[in-house]
Amino acid sequence: MAQYALLIIGAIFVNNVVFTKFLGICPYMGVSKKLDTAIGMGMAVTFVLTMAGAITYIIQYYILVPIKIEYLQTIVFILVIASLVQFVEIVMKKVAPALYKALGIFLPLITTNCAILGIAILSVQSKFDFIMTVVFSFASAVGFGVALILFAGIREALETRDVPKVFVGSPIAMIIAGILAMAFMGFSGMVK
Amino acid sequence: MKIIEKFKKTFFTENPVTGLLLGLCPTLAVTSSAKNGIGMGLATAFVLTGSNLVISMLKNIIPNKVRIPAFIVVIATFVTIVDMSLQATMFELHKTLGLFIPLIVVNCIILGRAEAFASKNNVWDSFIDGIANGLGFTFALFILGSIREILGSGSVLGFRFWPEEYRTILVFVLAPGAFLTLGFMLVGMNKISKLLQGGK
Repeated sequence: MAQYALLIIGAIFVNNVVFTKFLGICPYMGVSKKLDTAIGMGMAVTFVLTMAGAITYIIQYYILVPIKIEYLQTIVFILVIASLVQFVEIVMKKVAPALYKALGIFLPLITTNCAILGIAILSVQSKFDFIMTVVFSFASAVGFGVALILFAGIREALETRDVPKVFVGSPIAMIIAGILAMAFMGFSGMVK
Repeated sequence: MKIIEKFKKTFFTENPVTGLLLGLCPTLAVTSSAKNGIGMGLATAFVLTGSNLVISMLKNIIPNKVRIPAFIVVIATFVTIVDMSLQATMFELHKTLGLFIPLIVVNCIILGRAEAFASKNNVWDSFIDGIANGLGFTFALFILGSIREILGSGSVLGFRFWPEEYRTILVFVLAPGAFLTLGFMLVGMNKISKLLQGGK
């Protein structure tokens, strides 16, 4: 049990996806202007990333390794993730229309979120077993959500502030992300 | 003449990183030194040029409805080529770039150029477009990597800027430095592109 707890805390705070692994920066910058959209994106990423972690594990160890085509990992994983996103979208539209409406356009956008492919490859590289892969994927996605929601809150508050003209828009967002990353550095060393 | 204009655009006004804010993950992650920045930039430039070339050749064959998956397969093939040849020839660089080589697949610059340019233009133009955007990306990574390396470890590409006993600002080679440097660089590059366009 302790190893799972360490894995979760490690993935959310110590090795946060956005601030220390630099994954998923594009959606992080793109959809963090409003708090609502940030929460929607965080939920959608959590859902897809956990499923992608489980499915890529099965593909890696039951298809790629037995027939010795591990070198096709990148191509196979990205195709699986793209079709998974499409599949989740279709199923959700039928089964849970309310959730589908809430997530809206964020679902298709997730294919291009490099956190999904990145975490899938990282889990394989770290030789996690099935449960650890799922836990790690879920915790990483929660870490992404935490970073995104924090950042969106700050950016909303920033709209009413007097920012120097040359810094308005993305430059000030970058600098805030830098300061947040510095704050998250305070967690380093807690878990190996 | 047209080519020079194109390069001016992709290096400054419409630079993939500083102008359009695309491909930020590798930009921030691998630029702790100028050398890694150049390595990543050139790997991406190769994939971009190759995929632009192939996609513009195949643009009439690929059905419109499945074009995105088709583009991704082409891109992923080139990424696999880069991954394996880097591992065979430049093992050290391959180790430092690590995870970010397979992640070139999801670099939005490449899919963006495929969708916006290569699927609509002829082979030669797409080839030039790939090279121009790839080098523009490399240029941005090189500048960012150099600034971080000079401030964070005091040397760039083996050339020392100040004596070794001087203290350097370590935070610039760590994660927060990437965001901070890029933030200030965006301000500088916006200013330069405005000057190039003849504004104030």
